[in-house]
Amino acid sequence: MSGEAILRLDGVCVSFDGFKALNDLSLALAAGEMRAVIGPNGAGKTTMMDVITGKTKPDAGRVVFADDTDLMRLDEPAIARLGIGRKFQRPTVFEPLSVRDNVLLALNGDRSPGFTLRARETADECRRLEEILATIRLAADGQRRAGDLSHGQKQWLEIGMLLAQEPKLLLVDEPVAGMTDAETAATAELLREINRSRSVMVVEHDMAFVRALGVKVTVLHEGSVIAEGSIDRVQDDPRVVEVYLGR
Amino acid sequence: MRTDRITTATLGCVLGGAVLLAGLNLLTPAASAAHVPDFAISLAGKYLCYAILALAVDLVWGYVGILTLGHAAFFALGGYAMGMYLMREIGARGVYGNPTLPDFMIFIGWNKLPWYWYGFDHFWFAVLMVMLVPGVLAFVFGWFAFRSRVSGVYLSIITQALTYALMLAFFRNDMGFGGNNGMTDFKDILGFPLNRESTSVGLMLVTAIVLAAAFVLTRALTASRFGKVLVAVRDAEARTRFLGYRPESYKLAVWVLSAVIAGIGGALYVPQVGIINPSEFSPGNSIEAVIWVAVGGRGTLAGAILGAVIVNLGKTWLTSALPEIWLFAFGGLFILVTLFLPRGVIGLFALWRPRSVDQHMPAAAASAAAEAAAREVAG
Repeated sequence: MSGEAILRLDGVCVSFDGFKALNDLSLALAAGEMRAVIGPNGAGKTTMMDVITGKTKPDAGRVVFADDTDLMRLDEPAIARLGIGRKFQRPTVFEPLSVRDNVLLALNGDRSPGFTLRARETADECRRLEEILATIRLAADGQRRAGDLSHGQKQWLEIGMLLAQEPKLLLVDEPVAGMTDAETAATAELLREINRSRSVMVVEHDMAFVRALGVKVTVLHEGSVIAEGSIDRVQDDPRVVEVYLGR
Repeated sequence: MRTDRITTATLGCVLGGAVLLAGLNLLTPAASAAHVPDFAISLAGKYLCYAILALAVDLVWGYVGILTLGHAAFFALGGYAMGMYLMREIGARGVYGNPTLPDFMIFIGWNKLPWYWYGFDHFWFAVLMVMLVPGVLAFVFGWFAFRSRVSGVYLSIITQALTYALMLAFFRNDMGFGGNNGMTDFKDILGFPLNRESTSVGLMLVTAIVLAAAFVLTRALTASRFGKVLVAVRDAEARTRFLGYRPESYKLAVWVLSAVIAGIGGALYVPQVGIINPSEFSPGNSIEAVIWVAVGGRGTLAGAILGAVIVNLGKTWLTSALPEIWLFAFGGLFILVTLFLPRGVIGLFALWRPRSVDQHMPAAAASAAAEAAAREVAG
């Protein structure tokens, strides 16, 4: 895979009270690529997401988005506005609001209090809302309270909110945790669809799901990359077998 | 639709109730059974001021999750600004007959009006300060607190410390606000004598109108997209950041507005009770305001008004009938409401109606608020 990188991590180190969560982590994601990141618990997958989205500041290294935007100097809202969306492991939707309002708040646009005070839903917003609700198969549930959705539906709603942000890069943390097989298959399909127009990085435990995605895989262990390549190649790598798959 | 009904009912109760009381006071003979005595008018006026404070508390606690334990500070500051105007209105009618210096300043031996008392002889200036002083204090406080991401119980504690610090400061005579005794013996407001019954009725009606206006404003605010962001920040602050929102800006905006509303409530309170002193800053007052909101129904606005009125009605009755048990009853009420009425009294109205999915439905918001509160307690 060549092409311009949309995200580059160079020698990133993060430690919490002496524990090295990320240890000289280097990784590059090409524009338009979908990448799966796997690794045992404590490998640093979520910390890596935290670093990219500005929640955690690294002790050393560089994190660069697109051509030359240094993400390390920006906070979460600024990074989100650059076009990096993040889906959390546990679905986090705004429970008391309707499904439609959840997506509405996520729609790419002005985020200032001055704007939202006066904002009225425009025809364009309405069209985009309907489109996204259809994509995430919640078209008929727009007026339902988000807190009343099933677990799988909440995951989808959150993906819909990410779509609404129109990010250039989507970070997805364990999207199929707790999903049924049918929901898992549909989610793989949905992610592939999303990947047609955006770069995606998926962190996942579920090997069947990673296989279904059929993309390049990066294996993390103790905060650094130990293998990279197709799922078959990675699975044959003796180090990977030792730290992760063999257990 | 339901929302509109609640809004209409609330406005009807506040404005209609105030007009009814005023009419029954002014237009019926004192001997008539329908006559509303003068003391009831001033009580009603007082409750309406408390309801304005409760509305301010509900705006920040119910909608953006800031459990403020210091809102009485903004109420008292608004009250002091109004008190300063009322003191200057006394003019030469004070005990010492000094046309500019209030009595308490002469009493402690001052012979010059401090600079921060300038301008308070004008009503418009006092009104400006009623809003500006609490607003600026809230802005400075919120700027530091929200930007450094202080939240939850730590934020509650520093709001409590804020009001306590102000109380200690206002107790000092050399602050120039009357020290321990505060300000009292007011004569008139805008030329209307405060001891005349029509002035009390007028003040009560103005308070009702201000409460109604504050209710309409906060209602519109919370129903807007801005209000939806507030609820999002309340329930999942980190998530809003990753969507590109800056929760601190939203918190600051609504915090300052809430402080201004509380200040206006305090300004209306002082001419009706005839005194302002540092005890208005006492931490217990702020906690009481939170309980009014919890009793009425957090995150519903209408519930805040209802809670302030019913709790204070109970307080007035109980403190005269059985004064020694009031505090126990009050504490017990809070525990009972938390355990058995997590949506407050207003949540009772939703019990015999099918659950709606409309997110504007106050009961739904209240139950979410109760869930959030339960999480806070559990966490």
